[in-house]
Amino acid sequence: MLTQSFTFRWKVRSCVRGVLSTLPMIAYSHVGKSFAGRGTERVTAVDDVSLEIAEGEFLAIVGASGSGKSTLLRLTNRLIEPDQGRITVESEDVQAADPVGLRRRIGYVFQSGALFPHMSVADNIGITPKLQGTPADKIATRVDELLELVQLRTADYRDRFPHELSGGQRQRVGVARALAARPRIVLMDEPFGALDPLTRDALGDDYRALHRKLNLTTVMITHDMTEALVLADRVAVMRAGKLLAQGTPAELSKNQDGYVAELLRTPRRQAERLNALLPGDGAT
Amino acid sequence: MSFLTDPRWGEAFAHLADYLGNHVRVSVAALALGLLVSLPLAIAARQRPVLRTALLAVASVVQTVPGLALLALFYPLLLALASVTLAWFGFGFSAFGFLPAVLALALYSMLPVLRNTITGLNGVDGELIEAARGVGMTPRQSLFAVELPLALPVIMAGIRTSAVWVIGTATLSTPIGQTSLGNYIFAGLQTQNWVLVLFGCFAAAVLALAVDQLLALIENGLRARKRARTALGSFGIAALVVATLVPALARPASSYAIGAKTFTEQYVLAALMADRLRAAGLSASSRQGLGSSVIFNALAAGDIDVYVDYSGTLWLNQFHRTDTPPREKLIEELKAELEKQHITLLGELGFENAYALVMPKQRADELGIRSIADLASHAATLSIAGDYEFFSRPEWGALREAYGLPFKAQRQMQPDFMYAAVASGEVDVIAGYTSDGLIAKYDLSALDDPRHAIPPYDAIVLLAPKRAGDEKLKAALQPLLGRIDIATMREANLRASGNDAAASPEAVARWLWQRIENH
Repeated sequence: MLTQSFTFRWKVRSCVRGVLSTLPMIAYSHVGKSFAGRGTERVTAVDDVSLEIAEGEFLAIVGASGSGKSTLLRLTNRLIEPDQGRITVESEDVQAADPVGLRRRIGYVFQSGALFPHMSVADNIGITPKLQGTPADKIATRVDELLELVQLRTADYRDRFPHELSGGQRQRVGVARALAARPRIVLMDEPFGALDPLTRDALGDDYRALHRKLNLTTVMITHDMTEALVLADRVAVMRAGKLLAQGTPAELSKNQDGYVAELLRTPRRQAERLNALLPGDGAT
Repeated sequence: MSFLTDPRWGEAFAHLADYLGNHVRVSVAALALGLLVSLPLAIAARQRPVLRTALLAVASVVQTVPGLALLALFYPLLLALASVTLAWFGFGFSAFGFLPAVLALALYSMLPVLRNTITGLNGVDGELIEAARGVGMTPRQSLFAVELPLALPVIMAGIRTSAVWVIGTATLSTPIGQTSLGNYIFAGLQTQNWVLVLFGCFAAAVLALAVDQLLALIENGLRARKRARTALGSFGIAALVVATLVPALARPASSYAIGAKTFTEQYVLAALMADRLRAAGLSASSRQGLGSSVIFNALAAGDIDVYVDYSGTLWLNQFHRTDTPPREKLIEELKAELEKQHITLLGELGFENAYALVMPKQRADELGIRSIADLASHAATLSIAGDYEFFSRPEWGALREAYGLPFKAQRQMQPDFMYAAVASGEVDVIAGYTSDGLIAKYDLSALDDPRHAIPPYDAIVLLAPKRAGDEKLKAALQPLLGRIDIATMREANLRASGNDAAASPEAVARWLWQRIENH
């Protein structure tokens, strides 16, 4: 029953996507990256990955730890540099772009927030506009707007420090910080991984709404297939540096790869087990 | 008289503003310079392992050099540098006092700051540094907006350690001409005035603790992100600096600086000359506890205006002469030599303070020793003690050349302890000073020098080149020339070696002036 309602949502979204520009917002073409391992050997983190993300699309990249998904995300805004291949953002080769400028126009939500502990909530959120030289009064207005947007009531939070916030509040601030400079693209590195299930669910839904409202293009890294399916338009699966599969849940379900099938079976099995255990739950 | 009502406390307090002010100024300047050098170096070195290792190694080596030696080394170094700049660029600078003290102390302060800055920066969470890049910071912005603020508590801890070290070590800058709380300690040690020594140590400790606590307040405020604490600590430090700067700016610079070497007689004579200058309506200050080689160069460079030296000392140490002409001829030649450097030999005070080999009268009689020649045959079974410089002075070489003197053992001692040591039999012979009052006090006898290995040591008043034509100064000092005989100086030195209020150099100087006037 759960899956049926999901399929319906995908169809709606696919239609929306079809109408939008055909030029990809982000494109990876044969991208490779390896790191120095122990001794002389090199560890391949990303291996010949090609992938396109359309404007307004919400893509989730799923994989186990060490699958290369975080590396792929970091390559996008040049937190690290690729060894092979080409990455374009808004049709511009990132290698030709100024890395600092590139990062300022791409929002980035870090694992567990990574808020600067010595700065207040307002200063954390306003950091990118401040770096861009936005006047203080405009930043203040923008901060209030963003606190409203991520559902943190203004007066209470802006002067607090990160250590005075709960995990969920910290991550809401993290999202607000990523959105502060009005980016068209947001990259998220396991943003909700460290949160309790209720907070995680609420935050996921809230972000999904923001994504649509602001017409963002979002790439989210997660190891949780359920989260990926619930939030994203399209899911990419990575394993050992390679892109195994990509597509809407429906497309993925037709994939022959054993690993992809196993990844998809797990949430479904869990849902069925829950349905059996909790009869009369409002899924109908 | 009880310990607390001792008038020497009052005398010590009278100097406090001057000594403490100078101490804080030199410490703060050294610390500021140290930080200015260490912080950028540490920042540059944190991601360069080779540079980092080299820097920390150098700083550690500097740390192992004893503070006094490090301070003393900077004086000749700067003196040489000053002569180079004078020759090449046409300007010189004073290698005396403040500058060498600040440089040596700054070098001394570097290790804790370097180490803690590197540790602090490397300890910043890597995720936060990536976040800084991720939000669009340049490496520079990341350093100043994220890494340094986060490392600040650790860096502050290093600055605290540095501050305490610098304040403690600054007491050792007295011998290179920088007034500090060390003036109490050095003067007290020389004149056996333990009240002064205690006062100096206590004042330095209180200052170090106060600065440490203020910096701790700042560190604590930074750690707990309490702006009020940080502000309060910073305000305290600023207040301390301003408080020590204001009197220095308000007080007119004293016109005459009187130098004194590191022993009692010099303190007394400096006090005597200062009194004479003041009586003549001139203002005077003293720069006490200067090393033997520092003081002559300081005079030549005009850092001090006047001091008393001894003819033989200059003859051997400054002009490296090995011949020993009769005393009048020696003075004459010395005068000519000094004039080449535009230094005025104003005149002799009337007594001689020679190095002499001294032993208990009773012991000398038992062994049948009257002269150094007699001593030579007994030397192999005897031990000798001298002050810190004696055994490296040419006099010692001349004595050995003339008499042999293969002593069983050699020891170096604080001059004022030597007499008690030889009187108690701790050592057999000491290289004492003929004008020392303790020779009579302990019933010692100074041995004759039949081969004239040691030149005469007439006490002479020297004036700096810029004071050559200063008739007011000359007139003020004139009444002292030829008026202090050896018996008077011995008694003055004996009085000054006592351990009570009447033994302060100032009090003895007043007594000495009365003697001069009444004769």
